[in-house]
Amino acid sequence: MTAVTDVLENMGRRAIGWVHRLGFACRFLLLTLRNSGMCLRRFSLVAREIYAAGVLSLVIILVSGLFVGMVLGLQGYDTLERYGSSSALGVLVALSLVRELGPVVAGLLFASRAGSAITAEIGLMKATEQLAAMEMMAVDPIARVIAPRFWAGVISMPLLAAMFSGMGVFGGYLVGVRLIGVDEGSFWSQMQAAVDFQEDILNGVIKSVVFGIAVTWIAVFEGYDAPPTAEGVSGATTRTVVTSSLSILALDFMLTAFMFRGA
Amino acid sequence: MMKRKGLDLWVGVFVAMGLGALLFLALKVGNLASFSAAQTYQVKANFDNIGGLKKRAPVKSAGVVVGRVEHIDFDTETYEATVALSIDSRYEFPKDSSAKILTAGLLGEQYIGLAAGGDPAKLKDGDKLKLTQSAVVLENLISQFLFSKAADGNSGGK
Repeated sequence: MTAVTDVLENMGRRAIGWVHRLGFACRFLLLTLRNSGMCLRRFSLVAREIYAAGVLSLVIILVSGLFVGMVLGLQGYDTLERYGSSSALGVLVALSLVRELGPVVAGLLFASRAGSAITAEIGLMKATEQLAAMEMMAVDPIARVIAPRFWAGVISMPLLAAMFSGMGVFGGYLVGVRLIGVDEGSFWSQMQAAVDFQEDILNGVIKSVVFGIAVTWIAVFEGYDAPPTAEGVSGATTRTVVTSSLSILALDFMLTAFMFRGA
Repeated sequence: MMKRKGLDLWVGVFVAMGLGALLFLALKVGNLASFSAAQTYQVKANFDNIGGLKKRAPVKSAGVVVGRVEHIDFDTETYEATVALSIDSRYEFPKDSSAKILTAGLLGEQYIGLAAGGDPAKLKDGDKLKLTQSAVVLENLISQFLFSKAADGNSGGK
């Protein structure tokens, strides 16, 4: 009997704790937004974080984009060739990259490359009481530490996703046109005829902005909320990657359902 | 001081690369360069049946894309589909031009084919195309074929 109530009690405690954290996360986001005036005026603060989150993620994003594009080229050619429409390879590569793979895969890579670093950094700052020290010096840690990282992530993510898509299209071109020998003219012209600026590219950019907000929000929150121990910081870093990956996929489904339900 | 400058340089390079990639997507991958900036004029056309025609489908004349389908409405008075076409103002068409709904290949997308007429007056913004031809609906075609076959079979039997 006590075992059953224990289990129920545990579940309830966990659920309540989860709702607590969600509420705190929302309050934290509002607080971050309200305190971002300072870092937008002193843009060098944000620039430093863009370097850490964006520039240092460049290599992994560009290389993965190239390989994803090349794989799309190979697989797409294999399937399209069966229907004798291999000239539509450009359309397949460009649409799948711009609409889905670009924002999603770039978001997943960004979460594991930059999101985890942000969480670990903030968590360690908290564990070594640097945040408390700032408060003692009347410097708001949210304005000085959290907000610049948040905005840097929000700015970097769409740029990284665009680079991923661009590199992917280039990879598809390399494999499709250079290696396999699909006609270059039809590769580009069919792509341009099928990819719409508003419908496809702009929606992809909107997706990547949303993912950028979600990933960085989760990263800074997990860091700020991490228990100030070595174990707590490592757990928070793991949670950042898991939660932001799942939310990217869930958000992607919702955004796709809104954006691309057919004309 | 030196480090600061190097960092700014890298951030600048990063942002420039990102914007460059967006530009590449917009101009080389997408169709921003080809149409949206051009001046267009709108023409309407009524069809009995538009089949699978969609918004933003191309309008072609002699195989050249001259415009796009702007929007598709249903006219509750005539029970016909009203299709608004925006045509690049570089291309002028005679007033009695006709519009057909065609299909690219057997499985391809549907588009509107404009055939020029002989009227010296040109189409203007807000004009209506009088001569239209509906989309070919495959089911109707098949049933017509079956009925004519059946009719042939009956007359042959007698």
